[in-house]
Amino acid sequence: MKKKFTIEGDKYIWEAVIGMEVHAQVSSNSKLFSGASTDFGGDPNHHVSLVDVAFPGMLPVINGYCIDQAIRTGLALGAQINLYSVFDRKNYFYPDLPQGYQISQFKYPIVGEGVIQVHNTDEDVFSVGIERIHLEQDAGKNIHDLSPDKSYIDLNRSGVALMEIVTKPDIRSSEQAKSFFSKLRTILRYIGTCDGNMEQGSMRADINISVRRPGDPLGTRCEVKNVNSFRFIGQAIEYEIQRQIGILEDGGHIIQETRLYDTKTGETRSMRGKEEAQDYRYFPDPDLLPLRLSQQHVDELKKGLPELPDDKHERLVHTYGISHYEAAILVEDPKAAIYFEDVAQKSSHKLAISWVIGELFGALNKSKKTIDACPVSTENMASLLSLIDNGTISGRTAKDVFAKMFETGEEPTRIVDREGLQQVSDTSAIEDVIDTIIANNPEKVAQLKEKPKLRGWFIGQIMQQTGGRANPQLVNDLLDTKLAQ
Amino acid sequence: MSFDKKTIMHVAHLSNIDLPEDKIGEYTDKLSHVMTFIETLNEVDIEGIEPMTSVLDLELPLRKDEVTEGNIVTDILLNAPEKNDDYFVVPKIIE
Amino acid sequence: MTALTDLSLTDAQRLLKNGDISAVELVKAYLKAIEDAAILNCYVTICQDKAIEQAKQSDLRLSQGNARPLEGIPIGVKDVFCTKNVETTACSKILKGFIPPYESTVTQKLWDAGAIMLGKLNHDEFAMGSSTEYSCFGPVISPVRKNGETTAHVAGGSSGGSSASVAARLCLAATATDTGGSIRQPASLTGTVGIKPTYGLCSRYGIVAFASSLDQAGIITHTVEDSAAMLTQMVGYDHKDSTSLATTTPEYHTHLSKDVSQLRVGIPKEYTSSDMLPAIQRMWEETADMLAHQGAKIVEVSLPHTHYALPTYYVVALAEASSNLARYDGIRYGNNISNSTQLIQRYRENRAQFGEEVKRRIFLGTFVLSAKYYDAYYIKAQKVRRLIRDDFNTAFEKVDVLLTPTTSGAAFALGEKLDDPVAMYLNDLFTVPVNMAGLPAISFPMGKDSAGLPLGMQLIGKPLGEQTILNTAYFLEDARGKIPKLHPWWLNNTSKGM
Repeated sequence: MKKKFTIEGDKYIWEAVIGMEVHAQVSSNSKLFSGASTDFGGDPNHHVSLVDVAFPGMLPVINGYCIDQAIRTGLALGAQINLYSVFDRKNYFYPDLPQGYQISQFKYPIVGEGVIQVHNTDEDVFSVGIERIHLEQDAGKNIHDLSPDKSYIDLNRSGVALMEIVTKPDIRSSEQAKSFFSKLRTILRYIGTCDGNMEQGSMRADINISVRRPGDPLGTRCEVKNVNSFRFIGQAIEYEIQRQIGILEDGGHIIQETRLYDTKTGETRSMRGKEEAQDYRYFPDPDLLPLRLSQQHVDELKKGLPELPDDKHERLVHTYGISHYEAAILVEDPKAAIYFEDVAQKSSHKLAISWVIGELFGALNKSKKTIDACPVSTENMASLLSLIDNGTISGRTAKDVFAKMFETGEEPTRIVDREGLQQVSDTSAIEDVIDTIIANNPEKVAQLKEKPKLRGWFIGQIMQQTGGRANPQLVNDLLDTKLAQ
Repeated sequence: MSFDKKTIMHVAHLSNIDLPEDKIGEYTDKLSHVMTFIETLNEVDIEGIEPMTSVLDLELPLRKDEVTEGNIVTDILLNAPEKNDDYFVVPKIIE
Repeated sequence: MTALTDLSLTDAQRLLKNGDISAVELVKAYLKAIEDAAILNCYVTICQDKAIEQAKQSDLRLSQGNARPLEGIPIGVKDVFCTKNVETTACSKILKGFIPPYESTVTQKLWDAGAIMLGKLNHDEFAMGSSTEYSCFGPVISPVRKNGETTAHVAGGSSGGSSASVAARLCLAATATDTGGSIRQPASLTGTVGIKPTYGLCSRYGIVAFASSLDQAGIITHTVEDSAAMLTQMVGYDHKDSTSLATTTPEYHTHLSKDVSQLRVGIPKEYTSSDMLPAIQRMWEETADMLAHQGAKIVEVSLPHTHYALPTYYVVALAEASSNLARYDGIRYGNNISNSTQLIQRYRENRAQFGEEVKRRIFLGTFVLSAKYYDAYYIKAQKVRRLIRDDFNTAFEKVDVLLTPTTSGAAFALGEKLDDPVAMYLNDLFTVPVNMAGLPAISFPMGKDSAGLPLGMQLIGKPLGEQTILNTAYFLEDARGKIPKLHPWWLNNTSKGM
């Protein structure tokens, strides 16, 4: 459903127009054009080859795996795969760019147009057009805080493969931008082309923002560079929209420029010194040849794609009868969905969803663990749920057992056996307990007629005397029978 | 076209090469001469011709995704005029 | 007995194998000759100790009977080939002091074949020039002079140190590179043999790049047979170069043949011009006659876009060069001369170390790639480049090789063309089209001008047609007859005062 996005200024009503260029690091072992490692956090200049430092006579040789990941990403976004693409040089000087040019794709990118459906809220489901995806080299890192008058350069990141995913200006609010970014991240993680690790800079965005009065042509845009968290995406857009509206309402005009988001102040500021119009002098890299793909290779990659989030969502709802809300939670993390399905296939679907989303995710959150590091295996989780299902333990006991499983990784049956937690389902044993309680409390039995609430007291007594292990359903039934006698 | 002062200053700026004021005239003269020579290309009929980047009609060779290089920081920094603690060092960059 | 330095490479190989001479003797003789010829300014680095050490290893192998193909052969290396632990400068101030921690593929292959490096050879800075006058080490003086005159002449360029060192017998062979004629033109001007193979046949890994889509390594030698023996060891697929050809190559020297009876030889009519030296015109005709006499078929062919090859070359080569030379900033390696506390000023001061010609080329290359002019110059040149390549394809439907002079004139005096870049560029008129099409070509001496300066002929082959051009040159070299030894006038001028 279409929602209207307008912002009230002091004088006019405004609308924001936002497009993003997302830089997603390809999850590869080695760099795009060299055999150096892409591992995060190595000692400075240790993951650097002779090619990465751009020694004289060094030549790029492309990593085929990275090409495949860009194709798979394009396929997952339903995008056009270009069977002919070209690597260009983008020429500019910066100490983190040893070659004096970045190898990128300009005129002929590997992936063309596609689209992503984004569910922001139930009232706001929208689609974002993908303009293109191209492969390029990451730059190194300039470090400014190790010396008062010097900058230090670490080239470990230099040459790491990035996919630049460029959207059309289809985004209208900071919330939409965050939802889009999240959806994109989910898809990339699903297909494993990018780990989506924002702390390590695996996903960053350049955001193009302009404002206009609804119905007007597009306004002048500013590009906010290198925003690397959901929160900052939201803040940068909000700040920039207000800044631009402020200028326009004061009768000023927006200068097209590149701006930097300051994470400390939450503001954006102009990148001085880079204002002179750049001329990157793109031209095809003569050290490389055009990339020609066969349709057959693309088809094979398409066949090998895992189920995508939207498809998975629908299937989970239909197969397991869970709600859209529950499905959405599972789909967000492909590993969570796999965990759930593993459990659900071996136990009751109803129990599976409530225990995985409730107890398990709660415990993981509390202990700051990811599903990868989950101490409870899917087998153990399923057998715990079976113990509930077949009445061996009660739901309440199960929570205690689960807590122990989460701590030790033990099998639930062993915990239950060792600690004698089996539910008492032996009718005669429960009858004996009930008989004794009735015999010892004739006055309570007599009061029952006036105070039906006293029934709870009897249940409590029974559970207490059975150590909480009596099958609650059985207790209910037997107590009614006995009292009626 | 002739290479004027503005053009020379612009390309010197783009290529990050210091160009003393008194040298500019020499560059504009010589490069304008070369440009006249280059502009004989305008005589060629290039209608419908595709640009050719490489004479090779080969597939782009692909590398396997393996880590085969790295951990040669001594070699990497061997020739660096200014270095410290395994880093290259430059004058402070103001962003 | 012949002096050790007068031997051809093939002769030296035989004598070494027979134990008639030792590699140490040979290397020492060359080191002495290099020292005595300091005035020619051929070598920018001399690897005396390393060369003698290597020679001892070679002698050991020779005595043990496990000699490799080029065992004990002393050669010179153009200073654009990166050599591990040996200073490599590209004859530019910006790279002075640069010690590569790696070896170029081509030189590695030569060392693996047993060749010995005497030192690094002078050339035009970053291989940009046609006279080796644009080197930060000063110009190479050609060992070749006009009869009875003492005026210093150029040895051609950019591989002037390679051609001069071979001509003056300061090495048995010299590696070189050719982007627009930098092997063939200096070979022609010094009476030596120079071959540039098909683009992609020699790996470009570890060679300081000038124009990546044109650069190709090759060799300058005394004889065609020597070139064949050297080239055999230099070519081959390299996974470190994405433009390397995955093809099997023959042992060129063992397949040499003087039989040209079945050969179809094309004479491109566009290469004749009214201002061509009569001596060159005559030599061209005589060479064609020699081939015809053996039964070869001489055919006139047309390469209609020849006239545009040079301007096309300058656009393409300089565009690529402007980008290839962006890495030289004196930050990660190279000569930092800037004390500036401003990063941008450090770039600008360090990069101002480039020589004037290199700067001109960077400026021009930057210009033709700039957004406003990209289509008008760069894209247009790329299109004309295709037309030039297509011209050759059409011609090669009818012939096996093309025969042309290598240059339109003989060597010129030092300084003669320095003030006119276009006059300098015109030196490459006959060599540049070959690079535009990525073809193999060889230059070999076939005559002299009226003043006794050497003149070279060029044979252009089809892609991977190295054997054919080598064979044809092999026949013509024999038909031409022996070239008398140069008078070593430079020996009288070794005083330190020079």
